[in-house]
Amino acid sequence: MSQLSTIPKPRRNVELLLLILALSVGIGANMLVGVDQAKAFDSDFWFQSSLLAVAALVFHVVLRIRAKYADPVILPLVVALNGLGLAMIHRLDAPGEDTGNNQLRWTLIAMAVAIGVIWFLKDHRVLRRFTYISLAVSALLLILPLVPGISAGEILGARVWIRVGPMTFQPGEIAKITLAIFFAGYLSSNRDLILLAGRKIGPLQFPRFKDMGPMITAWLVSIGVLIFQRDLGSSVLFFGLFIVMIYVATSRISWVVIGLGLILGGGFVAAQVFSHVEVRIYGWLNAFSPDVYETGSRQVIEGLFGMANGGLVGTGLGQGRPDLVPFANSDMIIASIGEELGLIGLFAVVLMYVMLFTRGFRAALGTRDAFGKLLACGLSFAIALQCFVVIGGVTRLIPLTGLTTPFLAAGGSSLLANWIIVGLLLLISHTARGPVDTTPLPPGGAAEPAGIDTPTEAVKRA
Amino acid sequence: MNQAIRNSWVAAIAMFALIFGAISFVQVVGADDLKGNPLNQRAILQNYCNDRGAIIVGGEPVAESVEGTSEVCQFQRTYAQPALYAGITGYFSKNYGATGLEVAMNAQLAGSSDQQFFDRIGQLFLGNQPKGASAELTIDPAIQKLAYDLIPDGQRGSIVVTNPKTGAILAIVSKPSYDPNLIATQDPNAETTNINELVKVPGINLNQNVSGPTGELLAPGSVFKLVDTAAALASGKYNKDSVLPNPAEMPFPGIQYKLPNYAGGNCYTQDKASFAFALQQSCNTPFASIALDLGRDAIAEQAAKFGFGEDLGDQLKLAYARGSGFPDDMDGPGLAQSAIGQKDVRATPLQIALMTSAIANNGVQMSPSLVKTVRSPDLRVIDEPQPEALRTSTTPEIARQITEWMTSAVSQGIARGAAVPGVQVAGKTGTAELGNGLNNSWFTGFAPANNPEVSVTIVMEGVDITTGAQLTSPNAKKIFEAVLNK
Repeated sequence: MSQLSTIPKPRRNVELLLLILALSVGIGANMLVGVDQAKAFDSDFWFQSSLLAVAALVFHVVLRIRAKYADPVILPLVVALNGLGLAMIHRLDAPGEDTGNNQLRWTLIAMAVAIGVIWFLKDHRVLRRFTYISLAVSALLLILPLVPGISAGEILGARVWIRVGPMTFQPGEIAKITLAIFFAGYLSSNRDLILLAGRKIGPLQFPRFKDMGPMITAWLVSIGVLIFQRDLGSSVLFFGLFIVMIYVATSRISWVVIGLGLILGGGFVAAQVFSHVEVRIYGWLNAFSPDVYETGSRQVIEGLFGMANGGLVGTGLGQGRPDLVPFANSDMIIASIGEELGLIGLFAVVLMYVMLFTRGFRAALGTRDAFGKLLACGLSFAIALQCFVVIGGVTRLIPLTGLTTPFLAAGGSSLLANWIIVGLLLLISHTARGPVDTTPLPPGGAAEPAGIDTPTEAVKRA
Repeated sequence: MNQAIRNSWVAAIAMFALIFGAISFVQVVGADDLKGNPLNQRAILQNYCNDRGAIIVGGEPVAESVEGTSEVCQFQRTYAQPALYAGITGYFSKNYGATGLEVAMNAQLAGSSDQQFFDRIGQLFLGNQPKGASAELTIDPAIQKLAYDLIPDGQRGSIVVTNPKTGAILAIVSKPSYDPNLIATQDPNAETTNINELVKVPGINLNQNVSGPTGELLAPGSVFKLVDTAAALASGKYNKDSVLPNPAEMPFPGIQYKLPNYAGGNCYTQDKASFAFALQQSCNTPFASIALDLGRDAIAEQAAKFGFGEDLGDQLKLAYARGSGFPDDMDGPGLAQSAIGQKDVRATPLQIALMTSAIANNGVQMSPSLVKTVRSPDLRVIDEPQPEALRTSTTPEIARQITEWMTSAVSQGIARGAAVPGVQVAGKTGTAELGNGLNNSWFTGFAPANNPEVSVTIVMEGVDITTGAQLTSPNAKKIFEAVLNK
């Protein structure tokens, strides 16, 4: 346990070192892309590389000032993933397309917002005051894409976009964070109630019906997203997020059983009633039949062909044909990376995600407040679950859904949301790894119940 | 709480274990299956820039890779006489994959076939550009050109010319055709524009399994009566001397519809007909009564023996449609109409050509073949497909009997236009009504009748009776003359 080590160490120099390594991954990849496509070292390249490097270093300096005990691995991991995504998107830009620079623009905006979170929030526990506001904001964000006038309509079968001026935005990405804040706030305040009452059936202790309110709410949100927005991926993500958070809050496996029961039941009914779910599942099972290929599974199948073409070591950046896959730079960017960097490269990328969410769980273990634990755990699990749903979809382990690959895929909303998550995880890890903070929260916050704010078992043992 | 956090982490790790498994499966374990999947065009696109072998007709390349000026690739695929050979070569495109022989012969043309293994090793050591094998076709360039020109511009139609004894295809053309160079261009914007323009042209479909002589399923009309005849003789219920009922109209109990003989023809002159007369004049009611007598299954079985709805062997190389064979579940009128090649009976021009070739070749249907030899870049022959029998369609006796009647259809019947002075020609015409006053007009036949060297099948789509008659039998005559007088 980190808090057992004698003196807390900031490890900011380690971060700087890793950050240089991470930048060299992203910039190096971008360089290779340029060399192979005969557009080497144009103004784009220098422009993109220097902006990314400057932004990463500014972020690093902000951490030195505001959160010097923050986990030193998180930022370099994210910068490496983001840089690799930029290189791949740049590589896939057809002549005249400018997705690469657009993605860079969004990266800079997202990093600025994450820096803002760290700078102004200072302590994640402040968020606990916004428990119910977060719920309201989540509901608003989820309803926005359905409101005529703001809604960008149905894009690729899902109604998850809103139009802001010339841009489209996916508010559901942000809702992921606000929902996590709500669940963390609600559960950290009410977990005693939920824990103590209930009936025991066999080895499982089941909660009282009235304590299942939030679970039913979460379930309704997920099913609502599935039905009204036709977004299977987000639906699974929201519900998975909630199950994990309530499990962590109560340590009761019964919640997971109820949750999985609800999602399987809901999913089964949805598959029977809503044709788009059934079509999705049929397309997944019969992806290789030629008519299904023409009408729906082409994206996945072309992605699989690309990955098979890449094999163990890949074709090399710029040497493959990921452009044959529809949405090669967004939904299918994992297939593009698999093709050009091979199994080895893709494993490295996936391992970066493993390290990233592991660091998040580590922050959850280390921090001393229940709210922080729940939030860090929920956000980390959300990253893991999102990766699972996307990569599982691309590799045809599960049906493909419209979720984005965090930090890699082209898309502004996703970048923004995930960078905010990184900002929050860094803040939580700062309190987790730093010296025990004895200063009280600024007045006005809802005090945590005394029983919860106790040190972790590890500290007690010490 | 911390234990639950650790458990959640384990759950996340378990999900990622599945992910690692799935990636390994796709990229390593199952990769070969994925690469071999027929939907996968990557094998073709991967060697897009290499020096592919040529496709050769009569010693001249009709598709070859030449050193280009484009900065995309060193080599550019070009097609000489593009529209004439588009249906055979197909195209080879950077973004749209390949069709025709370009895809069917890809392994040889690209030099990646098993036979070329040692060549590849040599190229590796010498540092040479990889170079593919070339394919010489069975096509006769003069006949191919003649057949193509016999279909007027603006007319939809197909012509298939084969050697019935070997199955070799001498000409296979259809209109409208297109220029594969437009799709093979290395300018990606031009490529997309061109394809979008092409698919707007009525009658052009770049999928060979739904269009052209190998893919377009058409009502065969009266040429299908050859199937009824073979079925009748094979049943033992009929022989060459059988007298068939030949009413001007065939009524069906309980309904208004009557199946008529053609009002303008000679069939009206007699209400009984010999087989010879019925085939010569192509009367409808005798064959309808045969079908009603023998039943749906007997006709369907004979149709399958002629290759309708069946596999066409692996020497053809081109993508093709099988069709569904003779339709199922028919009532009396439906069966009667189907027996004369109307209603739901469908066949490709190539299938009709193969039926006729089987009759010409004593009842044995040869595998249609398009590739004569495959040669490595040093001109060594690495593959030379031999003629092979595909199936037995009927007995030699029945084949000879049908030939005799088809010969009289040309010498005294309605296929007179195909007659070649000094040569016995066997033939059968067909007119399938499209319901809008227009027809698909057919001719299928072979010559010389006693020792067939060539079979010709022509179909002109959407024509009136007169145009159809002008564009089928007389054109067949020109092709017979061109092949036999050489």
